[in-house]
Amino acid sequence: MKGSSLFTTRRGFLGLAAIGAAAAAATGGGAAQAARLATKARIVIIGAGAAGTAIANRLVERLDGATITIVDPRAEHLYQPGLSLVAAGLKPASYTVSKTTDWLPRGVTLLPEAAAAIDPVAKTVATTGGSKLDYDFLVVAPGLVLDHDAIPGFSLDMVGQNGIGALYAGPDHAARTWQAARKFTEEGGVAVMTRPATEMKCAGAPLKHAFLVEDIASRTIGAGKFEMHYTAPQGALFGVPIVAEKVRMLMGQRGIRTHLQHRLVSIEPGQKRATFEKTEIDPATKAEIKSLVEMPYDYLHVIPPQRAPEVIRQSGLSWADKWTDQGWVECDQKTMRHLRYPEIFALGDVAGVPKGKTAASVKWQVPVVEDHLVAALQGKEGTEVYDGYTSCPLITRVGRAMLIEFDYNNNLVPSFPGVIAPLEELWISWLMKEVALKATYNAMLRGKA
Amino acid sequence: MKELTLATLIAVGEEIFGRGLFWALVAAAVLVTALYLFVLIRDRAMSMRKFLVAQLSMPVGAVLAVWLVLAVTSSGLGDMGGPIDIIVLLAVATMGAIGMAILVYTVQSLVRGNRN
Repeated sequence: MKGSSLFTTRRGFLGLAAIGAAAAAATGGGAAQAARLATKARIVIIGAGAAGTAIANRLVERLDGATITIVDPRAEHLYQPGLSLVAAGLKPASYTVSKTTDWLPRGVTLLPEAAAAIDPVAKTVATTGGSKLDYDFLVVAPGLVLDHDAIPGFSLDMVGQNGIGALYAGPDHAARTWQAARKFTEEGGVAVMTRPATEMKCAGAPLKHAFLVEDIASRTIGAGKFEMHYTAPQGALFGVPIVAEKVRMLMGQRGIRTHLQHRLVSIEPGQKRATFEKTEIDPATKAEIKSLVEMPYDYLHVIPPQRAPEVIRQSGLSWADKWTDQGWVECDQKTMRHLRYPEIFALGDVAGVPKGKTAASVKWQVPVVEDHLVAALQGKEGTEVYDGYTSCPLITRVGRAMLIEFDYNNNLVPSFPGVIAPLEELWISWLMKEVALKATYNAMLRGKA
Repeated sequence: MKELTLATLIAVGEEIFGRGLFWALVAAAVLVTALYLFVLIRDRAMSMRKFLVAQLSMPVGAVLAVWLVLAVTSSGLGDMGGPIDIIVLLAVATMGAIGMAILVYTVQSLVRGNRN
């Protein structure tokens, strides 16, 4: 990145979110747009979510004469960062829904079909509708798949009834999750929160849901009428150690009991019982000892295992030696470029990079892919580098959040050091999540942020 | 934000207050400002008496502005968690106070005319 880019990008992004109009205005301007590059390149983008839409808008601005096709069957665009708010009754389901076509620029062809096969050698994409697209460059951004079937006893039609929530499944399911969660916050009982053993999008969301439900229950029925249990298959509450410690302390203060190394394996909705596989290390032999633990619940929040879509895993684009049960795309973590097929880039949830399955990651990945792709069209190498930046406005109460920003190396990279402390529960961080984030997200979709 | 445009600022405003309320507030702010300039030019002087009443209304404006912002953001005074929160809250209160003073001064001038 250029010398001043830190200020004009990250700080500018959050400066606007801070509603500090003065602070934001100071970052105004931005680099003058480079002249458009004349090219006849055929570029195919798989996926019209946050990443696919943002890169499409940016490429249209940069290229003149390119054939850009975006492949996605979904008519609805989802603002997924809003699902946590919907599942806590703070926003309606419609808050997260818009039309895919609302965000796509002129000059891009939307093919409303799913990708059925990718041939990275012949450089073609076949679609479910029988179309075959030849490409010079391919951007793979189809998102990920929620594997609900991996949890026996659970199915999506249960969400909202009998104390079962699953906010990841979409706007309607998030709204139904609130129906179940609200009942718990009014009647009390035992709540059990889960997260999967796989990589997942927005690793802060399970924590946000737990904190929000606890906060709302405390305000409605009050302490003593309910119990909260937070389970995780991992050995820590968050991937970044300094944040994990802060979350551990918060959960202790709030009386949320934690159960690490607990993976949800099945549920019995009739008995309201969830079964977990608990992993312990034998102190003598260091061998893993697995056992089953049953936990009764009145409210259970299910987040299923998450994997790359089947078309990615079947096309030979996945890592062969990492995340083999999940199939994320094998790519360079600094450039997002495929390690074996240089004309392919991965963006967003499907990318096989550490961390980085959030809209904030997408925001930082997209300009990097734009740079390397446009440079490649000129026969050059790009210079932009993605450092793993991710941001998580970790809501801890209705009205408070911690603005946590970090990179690949687990370093905290606060946008406003000394002003907005990353590990403090602040109202201003809540304001960013609750009111300013969607506007900045929309600007990103249009390629303007 | 690589490019900060008026459009994104407006989008943030619409998101905070809702589209209808945001534009109603913008229209009210523009109207009151225009009327304030109108009475200043018409009277060619500040009336200290009207200004005194306007100053007395400032705390009311401050409280109203804080209440509005807290209400539209599902939060409360108990959510203030650090110095920056208090600074933002005071800024909101200050803007509300100044806005209210201008409003009250303008209304007095329009109602009572060019008299002290």
